[in-house]
Amino acid sequence: MNTLAATQLVAAREIRAKLRDRTFLLSTLIFLLIAAAATTLPSLLSDGPATVAATPEVSAELRAAGLEVREVPDDAAAERAVRDGDTDAAVVAGPTVLAREEAPADVVAALSVEPPVRLLNPTPAEPPGAVLVPFVFAFVFLLTSQTFGVQIAQSIIEEKQTRIVEILVAAVSVRALLLGKMIAGTVLALGQIALVALVAVVGLRLFGDSELLNLLGPAIGWFLPYFLLGFVLIAALWAAAGALVSRLEDIGTVAMPVQLVVMIPFFGVIFLSDNAFAMQVLSYVPFSAPTAMPLRLFTGDAAGWEPPLSLALLLVTALAVLAAGARVYEGSLLRTNGNTSLRTAWRERETVD
Amino acid sequence: MASVMNMLRLDGVDRSFGGRRVLQNVSFDAEAGRMTGFVGGNGAGKTTAMRIILGVLAADAGQVTWRGAPLTRAVRRRFGYMPEERGLYPKMAIREQLIYLARLHGMTASAAARNTDTLLERVGLADRGNDLLEKLSLGNQQRAQIVAALVPDPEVLVLDEPFSGLDPLAVDTVVDVLKERAAAGVPVLFSSHQLDVVERLCDDLVIISAGTIRAAGSRTQLRATHTSPRYELVVENDAGWLRDHPGVTLVELEGARAVFELPRGADEQPVLHAALARGPVRGFQPVVPSLAEIFREVAL
Repeated sequence: MNTLAATQLVAAREIRAKLRDRTFLLSTLIFLLIAAAATTLPSLLSDGPATVAATPEVSAELRAAGLEVREVPDDAAAERAVRDGDTDAAVVAGPTVLAREEAPADVVAALSVEPPVRLLNPTPAEPPGAVLVPFVFAFVFLLTSQTFGVQIAQSIIEEKQTRIVEILVAAVSVRALLLGKMIAGTVLALGQIALVALVAVVGLRLFGDSELLNLLGPAIGWFLPYFLLGFVLIAALWAAAGALVSRLEDIGTVAMPVQLVVMIPFFGVIFLSDNAFAMQVLSYVPFSAPTAMPLRLFTGDAAGWEPPLSLALLLVTALAVLAAGARVYEGSLLRTNGNTSLRTAWRERETVD
Repeated sequence: MASVMNMLRLDGVDRSFGGRRVLQNVSFDAEAGRMTGFVGGNGAGKTTAMRIILGVLAADAGQVTWRGAPLTRAVRRRFGYMPEERGLYPKMAIREQLIYLARLHGMTASAAARNTDTLLERVGLADRGNDLLEKLSLGNQQRAQIVAALVPDPEVLVLDEPFSGLDPLAVDTVVDVLKERAAAGVPVLFSSHQLDVVERLCDDLVIISAGTIRAAGSRTQLRATHTSPRYELVVENDAGWLRDHPGVTLVELEGARAVFELPRGADEQPVLHAALARGPVRGFQPVVPSLAEIFREVAL
């Protein structure tokens, strides 16, 4: 059996264990509910078109504007309908629009004439909320990589704490063990996101803004490779962090630096998103590239050759951290009676190939 | 007979931890088809030596070979190992994790399942296969741990203190299973500090103390080389005269019964004649020294 087969076995076990974990199932369910609610509730809760009371002379014009019209015999009846709350508004002679507290924008628009507008430098129309899209992606990446990263570290520590690790490394290479865990984490993270995305897309198609959906398509296309490599990078960091401690209680001591490495670039991107130069730099730094480059692509600031270059940088860094993580893992594996310093773990490479 | 082709051999293995020498020029063999007991006090280096055999630790110098070839990961994958620090997945069903471990050793899914079921039956855990490990009593967890070492049908078995934590009944079961494996041609190397169990079980013996091998060989051979011939004599009255008999070293004397040693190669018959000349002799026989005595002799 080669490393590949061993890696597959390890990954399959991790995935199976996770799919039986109640906490994981519950959190997935909650994400799905949130996605469903966020995409369907706004349109379900909105009131729909305004109702207008009007005499037969103007009712056709209002109906043509998509309003719900109730015909009344005269202006007095129309005013009564508004006062009693039977309709949102009324149109009486003048024409004058009657309403209770606020001027009803859609009724006013239906009766107004818009002057023609000629744009000299048009930009593609963006539906409201489009600006937020890359930030939502960035946040999803942050949340997922942190959640699943911690779980990779926990799984490594658990094997050390329960001592089964000695049986495992006697049978398979440390690299297979580490890689299997990272693959399992990546598959689960992507699976969870895909499921949430599916629910969101279906929700938007059925109830929401399909224009927003069209904008999301290409953005997701770029987000995926960045998510994948960015996740591998962060997973490798967490694996190395997990290898340094031997008890789950001690995970906090190594979690902080890893969290900072992920959080600082994230907030850097959020706060510097208007600074073109800073964003260009951040879109190449491997730790911020997964959030910065998709944002630049989304706003159209990045040239076509830029994403492949930054992806390559990200890949190289991820592989380097993976190799370093494996070495640290090997060096600290059997030191199950205390935490290992990074330097000791690096030097004391134990298992033999 | 003993050829390098059916041996697990350690050859000149050294290992230090931060300047402290834990193993020094350790060489010994575990022969296929034989039970080799690895005996030594706490901290003598047993666990370190076994970890080096399994490649969990690297040796500073020396090498380990099986059938004459240095060990690689592919070869070690066919070894069964029970580490001193026990552990399996607490929140995983026993049967499932045993199958997983067998498959990590290169078995097919169906062979792994078959072996798991046979062995669980054998150690009396057949009806617990779907229970999580943590639901089992400590004794039963130990049984599962032994199955974990046996389940990949290993070519070589290395067991670090396999009997500690087992109740007497389980010890018997495990002894039987290990003897079967040895009879099937597997070298079984096991460490223990329970010398009575080792005595009952082993064909060969390796004694380690402070990181160096003090004695190694078959049990009978070790007895012959490391202890003097010893006899028990029971006479009618008082056996105290033996003290002054030439060549005799008294080990024990209780009235009419005495245990004594003679120099190696000396004839015991003159002592018997002397006893008969003094009166009736109720008993005269050689005494086989216990393993504990051999151990004291060579390790201290």
